[in-house]
Amino acid sequence: MQLRPHTGLQIDGFTLGEKLHTGGFATIWEVTHPDHDLPMVMKVPTILDGYDGPTIVGFEVEQMIMPRLSGPHVPRVLGSGGFEAMPYIVVEKIDGGSFLQVFQKAPLPLSDVIEIAARMVHAVADLHRQHVIHLDLKPENFLQRKTGEMVLVDYGLSRHDLLPDLLAEEFKIPMGTFPYIAPEQYLRCRDDPRSDLFALGAMLYALATGKNPWGTPETLRGVRKRLWRDPVPPRAIRPEIPEWLQEIILRALVVDPMRRYQTAAQMAFDLGHPQQVKLTERAHKLKQDGRLQVFDRWRVMRKIRRFEAPKSMAAQMAMVPVIVAAVDLSPEGERLAEAVRNAVKRMLIIEPEARIACVNVLKTARIGIDQATDDQGNNLHVARLVALKSWAEAIDLPDHRLTCAVLEGPDPGQAIIDYATTNKVDQILMGARGHSTTRRYLGSVSAQVVAEAHCSVTVIRVQ
Amino acid sequence: MRIAVLTDIHGNREAFSAVLADVAGHGVDRLAMLGDIVGYGGDPEWCCDTAARLVREGALCIRGNHDNAAAGAPEAMSSLARAAIDWTKDRLDAGQKAFLAGLPLSHEEGDVLFVHASANDPGAWSYVTSDTRAAPSFRATKARLILCGHVHVPLLASCDIGGVVRAQAFRTGLAIPLLPSRRWLAVVGSVGQPRDGVAQAAWALVDTVKAEITFRRTPYDTAGAANRIRAAGLPEVLATRLLTGT
Repeated sequence: MQLRPHTGLQIDGFTLGEKLHTGGFATIWEVTHPDHDLPMVMKVPTILDGYDGPTIVGFEVEQMIMPRLSGPHVPRVLGSGGFEAMPYIVVEKIDGGSFLQVFQKAPLPLSDVIEIAARMVHAVADLHRQHVIHLDLKPENFLQRKTGEMVLVDYGLSRHDLLPDLLAEEFKIPMGTFPYIAPEQYLRCRDDPRSDLFALGAMLYALATGKNPWGTPETLRGVRKRLWRDPVPPRAIRPEIPEWLQEIILRALVVDPMRRYQTAAQMAFDLGHPQQVKLTERAHKLKQDGRLQVFDRWRVMRKIRRFEAPKSMAAQMAMVPVIVAAVDLSPEGERLAEAVRNAVKRMLIIEPEARIACVNVLKTARIGIDQATDDQGNNLHVARLVALKSWAEAIDLPDHRLTCAVLEGPDPGQAIIDYATTNKVDQILMGARGHSTTRRYLGSVSAQVVAEAHCSVTVIRVQ
Repeated sequence: MRIAVLTDIHGNREAFSAVLADVAGHGVDRLAMLGDIVGYGGDPEWCCDTAARLVREGALCIRGNHDNAAAGAPEAMSSLARAAIDWTKDRLDAGQKAFLAGLPLSHEEGDVLFVHASANDPGAWSYVTSDTRAAPSFRATKARLILCGHVHVPLLASCDIGGVVRAQAFRTGLAIPLLPSRRWLAVVGSVGQPRDGVAQAAWALVDTVKAEITFRRTPYDTAGAANRIRAAGLPEVLATRLLTGT
């Protein structure tokens, strides 16, 4: 490396401005470029004299992964340079700044915790969809856009499922941030997206209680403890935390990845449907486990070398699909509704772990005031929900895997598409009625959903 | 520039033509063949003529040990390879032999080095079968990317700025970034006689602008190619190994 970064330095058309931050492994600089008219920052790894392996490989990993990412939850890359002159990577500047300040104010009001949690989980789900496991999620790596989306930064420890893992053979000690690192990551597994869900759980714990679940360990020995010691239940620290939120947090923090949330989408779904979160013993727990129980776990865990990692990220992501069954409950749709239900049952044979969300759309007027009750004064929404639940009963799934929702909107197709997008749905099953003149001119709901939904759509017909 | 890299065609017309058809659909700017056009397979003349035509049209072709032997040079070989080469020699005419004998042992273009076997001594035909065995190639050249064949099993290795050479796991069919901070070596695998358990022709697509390599596999008529070997009276094992890719 011949060049050292300093204000005024010019490299590949970029001009360095003020230094914004000095971190352990890199410095961050404000930069400008005549071709790019947006605020940008340059990250320059601080390479120690001689051969500084970890920093170099971490930088290489970022250079490999970041240009392959897209969407609102990752920073846009505008340039990068190699080791010949000065290694750097230039990304758009995220105006909202780091999330660390918000974190330092924890415990936050519960409504904020829930809302922030949802945004964090969505960002991680989007990253996983792009085959990347972050592996170093911590408050300072979440930035916020003015529009509200969380942006994930710092991919130096990340793993792209489809690309070579440069870090794999390189280092023999676990890498990550101690308060949030997952047990399997401590055991040096770098292939499990569920490690990110553990880190999310640890951060939600901190947001809700103001404390880290295992404090701030400074040694690997201190990290190891989480293999057998359970954290103080959040509700013991802050009793107003609802049971469903404690359930979500503690489920994300389960030691064995197989018993944790399996996908970020699954976790996002629970955060979006609090009433339908299945409460287990975890939800009601108010004390840490007793000495004997912890001792038993210690005896097993002290010998453990690894947990089973998923075969591939794609396989893991497909493990607990969310399937929407959109159903028409009108009398003329009866036969079709039954056909949709049968299709759902067949689907469950192929996807035994799937979660089924049954939806029905209550069409509202585009303009004007809607009737919330019928002529007899019955609440229409409630009446629909009752009918939907009775339709769904025959699907025969436990409550936590079956949800029912009545959506409202002037455009039924759009309502279904929006629901599928927000809830990261994998597939929609819906019926299509026969052909009629009206539909030819006005278009059918199913055709609209097929054309515009981001997920797979299966259309059911009765002949 | 997008370069299609084919190597170790070994007289397998079915595999060669299937790969050429596949390459045509990928919009490449350049074709490179890294040697061993003949040997083992039942169609040395067609493969030789096709390679010669491609070279006239601007393709690059390197000489391999089987090409050398078929052209008459003494080469140490296994008895199987020897049997096939003796048969091949009788099939090739003087023009075809002259084409093979006239091929270069290596070629450097920009920062890419094309060679049949290990780059440190191309005529010694050393096998690059692991990261350790890739190290001498990196020491022998300053090229950013070394492309070779000879071993019929694909391999990707990188050499970092500290000089450490490591094999990198990769997936077939996906573009793998060749990080500018490292130098790279790819053994692209064999078109005409793959030996990694996949009975499909192996080749690679290199994009020098994006700095990416994609290892590709193309299915071909293995039964047809095996039958040509049997019809030629060559050892049966040369036919059956095509069916299993071993």
